[in-house]
Amino acid sequence: MTDIIGGFAQALRLILSGDPGLWQIIFLSLRVSGIALLLSSLLGVPFGAAVGLWRVPGQRLITLILYTGMGLPPVVVGLFVYILLSRSGPLGALGWLFTPKAMIVAQAIISLPLVAGLTMSAVQSVDPALRLQLRSLGATSRQEALAVLAEARIGVTTAIIAAFGSIISEVGAVMLVGGNIEGKTRVLTTAIVLETRQGEFAPAIALGIILLGLAFLANAALIRLQGK
Amino acid sequence: MLHSLWRSPSHSLSLILALILSLPLAACAATGSATPTAPAPKASTTTTPTPAVSAKPATLRLATTTSTYDTGLLDYILPIFEKANNCKVDVVAVGTGQAIEIGRKGDADVLLVHARAQEDQFVADGFARQRFDVMYNDFVLVGPKEDPAGARGLPLARDAFKLIMDRQAIFVSRGDKSGTNTKELSIWSSIGVTPTKSFMWYNAIGQGMGDTLIFSNEQGAYTLSDRGTWLAMKDKLPNLTIIVGSNNLAENKDKALLNEYGVMAINPDKYPTVNFDLAMTFVNWLTSPETQKLIASFGVDKYGQPLFYASASK
Repeated sequence: MTDIIGGFAQALRLILSGDPGLWQIIFLSLRVSGIALLLSSLLGVPFGAAVGLWRVPGQRLITLILYTGMGLPPVVVGLFVYILLSRSGPLGALGWLFTPKAMIVAQAIISLPLVAGLTMSAVQSVDPALRLQLRSLGATSRQEALAVLAEARIGVTTAIIAAFGSIISEVGAVMLVGGNIEGKTRVLTTAIVLETRQGEFAPAIALGIILLGLAFLANAALIRLQGK
Repeated sequence: MLHSLWRSPSHSLSLILALILSLPLAACAATGSATPTAPAPKASTTTTPTPAVSAKPATLRLATTTSTYDTGLLDYILPIFEKANNCKVDVVAVGTGQAIEIGRKGDADVLLVHARAQEDQFVADGFARQRFDVMYNDFVLVGPKEDPAGARGLPLARDAFKLIMDRQAIFVSRGDKSGTNTKELSIWSSIGVTPTKSFMWYNAIGQGMGDTLIFSNEQGAYTLSDRGTWLAMKDKLPNLTIIVGSNNLAENKDKALLNEYGVMAINPDKYPTVNFDLAMTFVNWLTSPETQKLIASFGVDKYGQPLFYASASK
């Protein structure tokens, strides 16, 4: 119990102290997960919308793959990215392993099925009558898609929120492909693991509280965008 | 209604995109880091392209065991090396088994590990040209203060292991192919035992030294630990005490508990991309008399004894 109370006190002290190491960890967490989310949204929203809107070949299979992908264990993605990016792997020449780039790649892969799959179901749940009406009014398919996406915006935003929540709090993949290097690839979750491993429970809890606070703020911003 | 629909898509979607974009951008701006560590968002086409690599100080990637990092030794000695050589040492602290695997794949420049047999194999396989002694300390068997196996004070770990097995006292193993795990298994094999899952009292938890000590403290279990991590963490482990190994290395009567650390630069013939020159500079620095003195002084003020003893002086 004292650890938890101490954790709260330490979280406050850490935030107020403006410790540069802590801010670096926070910014790196946001940068890695933010860029990963950006990539997966740029790919996943159009892809999910397309699969949800139109009959595409292999639709059932794509749906199945997307839904399975939502449950991808991060550590397995991490292992896959690790093997790909290792010096002795197919993309070893890039030299990305143990850099933030590798972490972004892993988190983008983890979040892509979430964004695409949830966008797809959000789009599918839009009233088909709307689309019929749009078409009868002479909308092009691009206009139709944008209108349906707008109608499904709450669902699409939820998809992005869910994806952000899953990657900002993910530890298995970033630990493996980032290596938890101080000042380079240490993010909030891997810092928590490190503190816990060293038996420093109070700072671990402090970091956890900061992580929760970040997720809270990010989600508050997104919910504002939902217009609710 | 339709009218608003036509307008809103670009509006709300661009807002969402703007928010997502602002996350990384805000973070980049605030860190003020010039290193292009991530693909720049597309808006930055007007800025200068990737700066030349030569402008940055050199980087040495060191894969090592958790014990050298978690005890604070590396934080103590590395800044001196970084300053002298205008470089940055990236430390990846994992179990020895994983560290060696990182080396085998060419994903580090230099290894600092403690599992002699695996290290010799590493050199024999040509992944490093040579292994150098760096330092040593010793392992201790720690266990609950109540000592249900009645093994406290025995001179040899193997005899204590035998009692633990006979009394079916709870034992926790790292179970992660680390240097400590390798040593523990060699002690079991010295009394002709190969631990299996069918041993209800034997728990291979597959975690680092710190986690394993915390687990043992909670479960009232025995475990093998390097003395450095034990000393650094024992304030947080109120239920545990040393069963075999005495209070310092000189008093440890079991020579089988010696824990040697070696350093190896990855062979550039295997992986031309490694920073071999800097790795060898590091090896030479680590084994130099000044650094050896520094290593031997680490922790003396705090623990009343060194956490690591110099062993490179031939």
